[in-house]
Amino acid sequence: MAIPTKLALEIVTPDRALVRADVDELQVPGSEGYLGILPGHTPLLSSLTVGELWYRVGQERHYLAIAGGFVEVLPDRVTVLAQIAERAQDIDVARAEAARKRAEERLARPSGELDFERARIAMMKSLIRLQVASRARTRV
Amino acid sequence: MPSLIDLRRRIRAVKSTQQITKAMKMIAASRLKRAQDRVIAARPYAQRMMQVLHGLAARVDPDAHPLLRPGAESGRPLAIVVTADRGLCGSFNSNVIKAAGQFIISEGRSGEVTLGLIGRKGRDFFRRRGFDVRVEQTGIFQRLSYVHALEIANAAIDEFVSGRASRVYLIYNEFKSVMTQRLATEQLLPIPRIPPNGAGAVGAPGIDGDATAGAEYLYEPNAEAIFSELLPRYVQAQVYRALLESNAAFFAAQMTAMDAATRNSSEMIDSLTLYMNKVRQAAITREIIEVVSGASAT
Repeated sequence: MAIPTKLALEIVTPDRALVRADVDELQVPGSEGYLGILPGHTPLLSSLTVGELWYRVGQERHYLAIAGGFVEVLPDRVTVLAQIAERAQDIDVARAEAARKRAEERLARPSGELDFERARIAMMKSLIRLQVASRARTRV
Repeated sequence: MPSLIDLRRRIRAVKSTQQITKAMKMIAASRLKRAQDRVIAARPYAQRMMQVLHGLAARVDPDAHPLLRPGAESGRPLAIVVTADRGLCGSFNSNVIKAAGQFIISEGRSGEVTLGLIGRKGRDFFRRRGFDVRVEQTGIFQRLSYVHALEIANAAIDEFVSGRASRVYLIYNEFKSVMTQRLATEQLLPIPRIPPNGAGAVGAPGIDGDATAGAEYLYEPNAEAIFSELLPRYVQAQVYRALLESNAAFFAAQMTAMDAATRNSSEMIDSLTLYMNKVRQAAITREIIEVVSGASAT
């Protein structure tokens, strides 16, 4: 079997199908670290963590913020089942900034184990959102 | 015989009712459109999830996970009944309540059924009758989000895993089309046996089971970890779908009911107008007779 040259990428969240595109390359935030995927990848199933996802079509890169879920990789097809996924251009920077401030405050004076963990995750989510959003703005 | 003024008043009353039902029909129609779009938008996720789950089930020992094992013998069945928060929607709520009642009677022998109630109408009904309510959510349909499904699903999982519930069922109205709703009673937990790869007809068009069947996956971190993360998500997705379906079905039912009400009131106005004209005619005729007979008497 010839090695496929494109990946059929599909990103779905519980609310809607977000992305459906033929891509050349992508990177996902796997639970064990970031994964770069090219066409012809061996079949893989991984859980996802909070992080940044990008995919490349030709010379153009698209960025998304992802939180939790799974990715299924086949040689010619990638399916991302994300709990939360937002395109860079859809991210509300003001809200993410506010969330970051809140999380920062809570981290500064932790009260209890669970609270700390929650604040840490909230912090990570807001940071990723901000990072992804900044990519959308700097890209030409 | 009612007087003319009484009849006019009645017609006016019916007309204003008709305006209300017509407006409600319009509102229901526009909300239905949105609710319907959401159901359709949520489908790809559920389908993909099924596919991944099928792929995994063949490779992992299904008895390994508590959500797949039969529930504790000592537990009682839990029925999650999804109704609406509001009425004026025909038999939408009463159908679900009736089905829940039948379920309680048929399951009642092996111990009392506990209930999870979503929506105010069902909550009011069963609360008043003193049932054992374990989960309760009202007023969620105005701003329905995945978080609500998460809460309900996690509560159900908790009941099941702790052994308080032997099985968990979902009873809700499924959105078939604008004209028809189908009552659905589905087993939520333990998760029904997942058919091996390719047997489920859930595959999206153009993607059949064969492509995944032969593939040997790499798992990260490992198959068991993914499996145990995937199963609760699956339960959540099921609950979420049921909520969306019920929401869309509610607006469809309301639209149909309000449409019928509008039509009935036009009929009523027609017959009342006819009657009113007859009464008026009779009054005029009587007056003429009085005048004529008065004239001929002199």
